[in-house]
Amino acid sequence: MLHTVIEKNSYQDSIVLMLLTNYLETLDGVNNVQVMMGTPANKDIFKTGGLATDELEAATPNDMVVVLDVDNEDLIDDVVKKAKVYLDEQSNGSDDENSGEERVKTWDKALEVAKDAPVALISVPGVYAAGEVEKALDAGKNVFCFSDNVTIEDEARLKQMAHEKGLLLMGPDCGTGIANGLPLAFANRVRKGSIGIVGASGTGIQEVTAIIHKMGEGVTNAIGTGGRDLKAQVQGITFKDSIALLDQDPDVKVIVAISKPPAKEVRDDAVDLLRAAKKPVVAIFLGEKPEAHEKGLYRAYTLEETAKIAVGLLHGQEPTGNEDVAVKVPDVKLQPQQKYIKGYYSGGTLAYEAATLMNNTLGLHAENGVDGSILKKDGYEVLDLGDDVFTQGRPHPMIDATKRKEMMVSAGQDPETAAILLDIVLGYGTTDDMAGDLKDTIIKVKADAKAEGRELPVIATIVGTDMDPQDYSQQQRTLAEAGVIICENNAQAVKTALAIVGHPVEETPLPILPEAPSNVKMPAVSDKLKEMLTATRFLNIGLESFAEAINESGGSAVQFDWKPIAGGNVELQKALLFLNKVDLKVGV
Amino acid sequence: MVYKSIDEANQAVVSKIIAGSPFLLDVVPAIDVIDEFKHGKVLLHAGPPITYDKMIDPVQGACIGAAMFEGWADNEDDARKLMESGEVTLIPCHHVDAVGPMGGITSAHMPVVVVENRTDGNRAYCTMNEGIGAVLRFGANGPEVIDRLRWMRDVLGPVLSKALQTREPLNVSALIAKAIAMGDEFHQRNIAASLAFLKEMSPSIVALDIDQKDKEDVIQFLADTDQFFLNIMMASAKSVMDGARQIQEGTIVTAMCRNGYEFGIRIAGMGDEWFTGPVNTPHGLYFSGFSEDDASPDMGDSAITETFGVGGFAMIAAPAVTRFVGTGGFFDALHTSEDMTEITTASNPNFPIPTWDFRGISIGIDARKVVETGILPVINTGIANKKAGLGQIGAGTVNPPMEAFEKAVLAYAKKLGFEE
Repeated sequence: MLHTVIEKNSYQDSIVLMLLTNYLETLDGVNNVQVMMGTPANKDIFKTGGLATDELEAATPNDMVVVLDVDNEDLIDDVVKKAKVYLDEQSNGSDDENSGEERVKTWDKALEVAKDAPVALISVPGVYAAGEVEKALDAGKNVFCFSDNVTIEDEARLKQMAHEKGLLLMGPDCGTGIANGLPLAFANRVRKGSIGIVGASGTGIQEVTAIIHKMGEGVTNAIGTGGRDLKAQVQGITFKDSIALLDQDPDVKVIVAISKPPAKEVRDDAVDLLRAAKKPVVAIFLGEKPEAHEKGLYRAYTLEETAKIAVGLLHGQEPTGNEDVAVKVPDVKLQPQQKYIKGYYSGGTLAYEAATLMNNTLGLHAENGVDGSILKKDGYEVLDLGDDVFTQGRPHPMIDATKRKEMMVSAGQDPETAAILLDIVLGYGTTDDMAGDLKDTIIKVKADAKAEGRELPVIATIVGTDMDPQDYSQQQRTLAEAGVIICENNAQAVKTALAIVGHPVEETPLPILPEAPSNVKMPAVSDKLKEMLTATRFLNIGLESFAEAINESGGSAVQFDWKPIAGGNVELQKALLFLNKVDLKVGV
Repeated sequence: MVYKSIDEANQAVVSKIIAGSPFLLDVVPAIDVIDEFKHGKVLLHAGPPITYDKMIDPVQGACIGAAMFEGWADNEDDARKLMESGEVTLIPCHHVDAVGPMGGITSAHMPVVVVENRTDGNRAYCTMNEGIGAVLRFGANGPEVIDRLRWMRDVLGPVLSKALQTREPLNVSALIAKAIAMGDEFHQRNIAASLAFLKEMSPSIVALDIDQKDKEDVIQFLADTDQFFLNIMMASAKSVMDGARQIQEGTIVTAMCRNGYEFGIRIAGMGDEWFTGPVNTPHGLYFSGFSEDDASPDMGDSAITETFGVGGFAMIAAPAVTRFVGTGGFFDALHTSEDMTEITTASNPNFPIPTWDFRGISIGIDARKVVETGILPVINTGIANKKAGLGQIGAGTVNPPMEAFEKAVLAYAKKLGFEE
């Protein structure tokens, strides 16, 4: 029996509500439950989840809606009470820690308190993101836009606008960044250093920065552009401005550029710009197998290689082709029917990298995957569980292991599975103990296979550093206890899996061609853009955890507890706009 | 005066609030200063207009008490019949330059304080605080209540009036500034201001050539009544806000009040028009034995204090009562006051709050900002028993309904030519 409880005017962040939903699901007697704000989009999610009720229709975007399925009605009050206690604990926790923090609720106040912040982080619901980005740009802020679901037309328009104002728009859908050594959104803590990064890929940046850190070097600024920046409509506006910025940053010695292959129309421009850089550049166009380096512009195939070439260049060493350490093949005895590798990833770029390596090495000629299924050919499978299709109404797999556990269990039961690949992504925004969350399932999956006479290797890499808020070495120990083969990075993990199934990756060193001429001039860099490189103060609009990450890392962030204007009521929004502009002398 | 933009008009209204200078002149029977009482049987009530049948039990109870006090009936049943007959005209206090606490029921012969805003020359009135326990404002109407009202009419009012005539009019702003530094926020806590008032008045009272017993009774009553200053504060806030709303442009809220049924607000640009929504029930702490189930819906004109920038808006000035009104403590009070700065237009430098690093109280609630941000004003309030006559059962905070602000914003936009 479905029941609906509506808490009027009780705006909660969606991540908090998803965690709350997970918690409520564990309560005895609760068959199904979902807690979300009453936006039209969320109502659809309720409906598709089989939780449509009449009362739900009356909820507004400012109302918190609980729809729960319980057989015993007496439980409703108890569930609501527990939900409130949970939310209170959440808010009390942060209140206690940050009683003196800076917190605002309106733009006016935000711009007053954070007038000295050169960067605004925006993580509001997608439908509102474009408007809020525009406000931040109008206020002269560089913008890091975590929000997604912004149209590509808006993205192009806003990036052009930012460019004309001498500002940078990172994103939309920018998952990670490092500014002046401070973590932005889902980022790892890495030491500061002389490698500057521009990337159109979230976990790609995380993997490369983490490897650089492990090699003893560091990254002071890693600029995310959002995944569509190098598409024809957007023309790489942010990519180009970022390259120019890093090229003129006196603290940067080597530039790393990470992207999916640029659109044909943008490609020459982008590559020419990399050639025009005064500093050595390492570029990786994910999915593309490079054929040659050029002097000054070096090309990598994997993220590992990207990091290692960059560190080599920093030490004055050109790529040798030996950047990829030969993989040690663990001693695993597979049954004849065990042929297929299954990759269950929380990081999209890591999944993509795995799919690329498998596709090329095994000669699968698989089509580009859709909807989170990055590779699906014969029995080979690589899933990006962070894709929208898997995250509708549930937390991201870096926070919540439920989906991954399900996938692992079913793969473990499949007698043709030869190996399971996993990524454990540490850093801000991810859960405290992913290895611990997965441990029991890994042990069970391996034991079940063993009971049927199969050895089933589980291979994992930990994307993170010893500076991350999680305990890196504890994660390693937990995985080792579960019998996981732990690899230094994702490329190593995939290569290990491929070696186990009898298809080791063959390395061929690339020739280094002479410097190629460039037809473009580096764009000029405004002072406002340069301020980003040394930013210590931020305006965080939306998810509070992003402000906490900055504050914990030695920066300071003003927290803007954002709500949709006028509760999302369009008529009132128009009336307010009218009143704000009306000329009382003449009327409008 | 014509303003270019709403911001400019709002600034002008706010300047008038800052310039407001309320002085307590006198205490007189309501009928002496409010002409409406001269036309038949009239009662004033708190909040926006309402009919008797819609009044909640405590407010009806207060009407019955007032009817007996005025001698229109000598027992409760007759008084109730009289009220139900419709013979008694009900007028909102706000319509006759007055404000009234809780039920706000005011009758012709109740003494009212007379406060003049010397900046704009207008006056405002409010009954005097009856103390705690069984009191008319919470709907009690037994003999004890009526007797006290008679004493206030026959002794307290005249004595204070005489004392005030022997001295300069009392500068209320000076009292407010002193008491805010002593931890009053003037809605839930008025003890410092009440003591300061007693300090100001007692030399004049003891010097009067009147019956010694009356003197002692008056001094004792003032000494016992921690909230005595609240009603003076309300009249003062009303006088200042009425002065400010002589400017009939802009979106500054010029009154907030409730009648137990509806919450009403006015904004400068819409003059006398009320914008209403259903009242909420306060949240807070209850005296032992009572719970939210016993609570009466929100009532009273006392939210004029918040409109003026004190009460819930100055919560941080009174850390001592933050727990009593149901908030967690100092930092919750700080957050509440900080939140209120998001929907207000300026600070009033005349009333700096020491616990807020001497920042002035937040003034000029902008209805636009309330609608835009979804942040509702926080009103500190006493909580009445929903049954008449059982008095106060707790204290807490309450929000106005968003609907009232939305209606006001839309109406003003339409008045200025907004079409959907």
